[in-house]
Amino acid sequence: MHITKDLVAASATPLVLGILAEGESYGYAILKQVNDLSGGQLEWTDGLLYPLLHRLERLGHVESDWQTPPGGRRRKYYRITDQGRAELAEQRRQWATVVDALRSVWSATPAITPIMTPAWEAGR
Amino acid sequence: MTVDSELEGQIAEWRAYMDRRRELRHTDAEELEDHLRSRITELTEGGLRTDEAFLIAVKRMGSLDDLSREFAREHSERLWKQLVLPAEPEASAARTRRELPVMVLCAAVAALAIKVPGLFGLDMSDHNGSFYARNISLFALPALAAYFAWQRRAGIRLIGVLAALFVLGAVAANAYPLADDSQSIVLTAIHLPIALWLVVGVAYAGGDWRSNRRRMDFIRFTGEWLIYFALLALGGGVLTAFTMGTFQAIGLDAEGFVSQWLLPCGAMAAVVVSAWLVEAKQSVIENMAPVLTRVFTPLFAATLLAFLVAFIWTNNGIDVERDVLILFDLLLVIVLGLLLYAISARDLTARPGLFDRLQLVLVVAALVIDVLVLLAITGRITEFGFSPNKTAALGENLILLTNLAWSAWLFLGFTRGRLPFARLERWQTRYLLVYAAWAWTVVLAFPLVFNFR
Repeated sequence: MHITKDLVAASATPLVLGILAEGESYGYAILKQVNDLSGGQLEWTDGLLYPLLHRLERLGHVESDWQTPPGGRRRKYYRITDQGRAELAEQRRQWATVVDALRSVWSATPAITPIMTPAWEAGR
Repeated sequence: MTVDSELEGQIAEWRAYMDRRRELRHTDAEELEDHLRSRITELTEGGLRTDEAFLIAVKRMGSLDDLSREFAREHSERLWKQLVLPAEPEASAARTRRELPVMVLCAAVAALAIKVPGLFGLDMSDHNGSFYARNISLFALPALAAYFAWQRRAGIRLIGVLAALFVLGAVAANAYPLADDSQSIVLTAIHLPIALWLVVGVAYAGGDWRSNRRRMDFIRFTGEWLIYFALLALGGGVLTAFTMGTFQAIGLDAEGFVSQWLLPCGAMAAVVVSAWLVEAKQSVIENMAPVLTRVFTPLFAATLLAFLVAFIWTNNGIDVERDVLILFDLLLVIVLGLLLYAISARDLTARPGLFDRLQLVLVVAALVIDVLVLLAITGRITEFGFSPNKTAALGENLILLTNLAWSAWLFLGFTRGRLPFARLERWQTRYLLVYAAWAWTVVLAFPLVFNFR
């Protein structure tokens, strides 16, 4: 299954904030977690995670610092801030609304079954 | 060569590519390298050979162009001048070749525009002084806006809006029956350039004027533009002196040529040329405005504090002369400029430091002084009533005071680590709308409100 670019972009912020809400982390680990959580379906271009993290930092949703574990490489860790938690809660509310609305639409139009692939997608 | 050193070589090469990109700071490249190494480790543990793992890891990182474009979009303070972010190489090559001729054309239009009224009998002599004072911004700024509209490939709607705003400015400057010695003429001469400069800002942002980052880019551009313009003016002064001197030596008087052609046309062309210099030649003088800010912030802070101490010590009242309000308006403009250009060059995620506290001191000192002046001047106004000049000066004072007061509040939050610095940036970029609204109000509404006084 191919998830469209817009959908990936829209879900990136809540995903990253949600992962950081569980504890501080660094880029590669965040990416792995996204991969695990989505069962490998959500594919990000690795590098593009970093501009996103920097944007969240500029907006004050996360903070960062460099840490060097003994015998390891220097690595930049990100941590969620209180403001970031508030933003996450807000995003959650918005997504819940969207998901609810979609669910009602799916159940109202049983003709579209999830198994059927639209003709224009068949070539993918 | 061992497997490990081969991999190290490949990574070093990749890293060199990264470091060549101006969009990527050293720390960004380091962060990405850490990522690359983690990915390679995972892939080799899964059974791949190191060279295969390296290729896959690089591929997954995304194309370097995409990557640096995303970084550029996020960190526009690093290379704000390359506003046209998606740098498609083949399309832009032809345009860069045409860049110089188009700039020269716009500069020539600006230079000739100021001679056009002369064709209709409005030559540059003293009794037409007020005409030129009112319209001075209408000669060069449309050409400048046109240059940006071309460079940013503005759509037809944007061009229409820009043209309409310039026509509106021209009507406002000339349609009102203002006497040559009225205060409103002076106010229009001061405020119309500000209003139209912000219209140029719309063209500069390529129509994307709602974006805070583009607005910040325009603020940066304004600072650099002023510096280039001042440099060109210095050079122009030298040229003028030599023109006069050398022709005088052979008994010819060049003064007419200098005052009728060289100065006015040169100044108008310089408006466009400085803009082009800022856009094209940044690396020659990289971001001067922030450097000047660093130098003058401590000096201004010290001066203002000394003034406050002297004021309290001597207990002398402020001498409320006519020009005092304007003087203190200018002071606020300078403090605001120092603040803006410190913001414009700041790494938004850096932690508060000594310089930020110094800046806070400067802003607070300016605020305190301004409140003292306002208190002193309110009495005068209630006694003698409002005139266009006083109203404009007072309005400006209040606008700047509001801006600085809220900036000081945000700054305080930032130095205590409670607010992100981006809030301060956003406040300043949003405030540009207030300046625009005020400048247009003075130009359009003041003559009506004050009965063309």
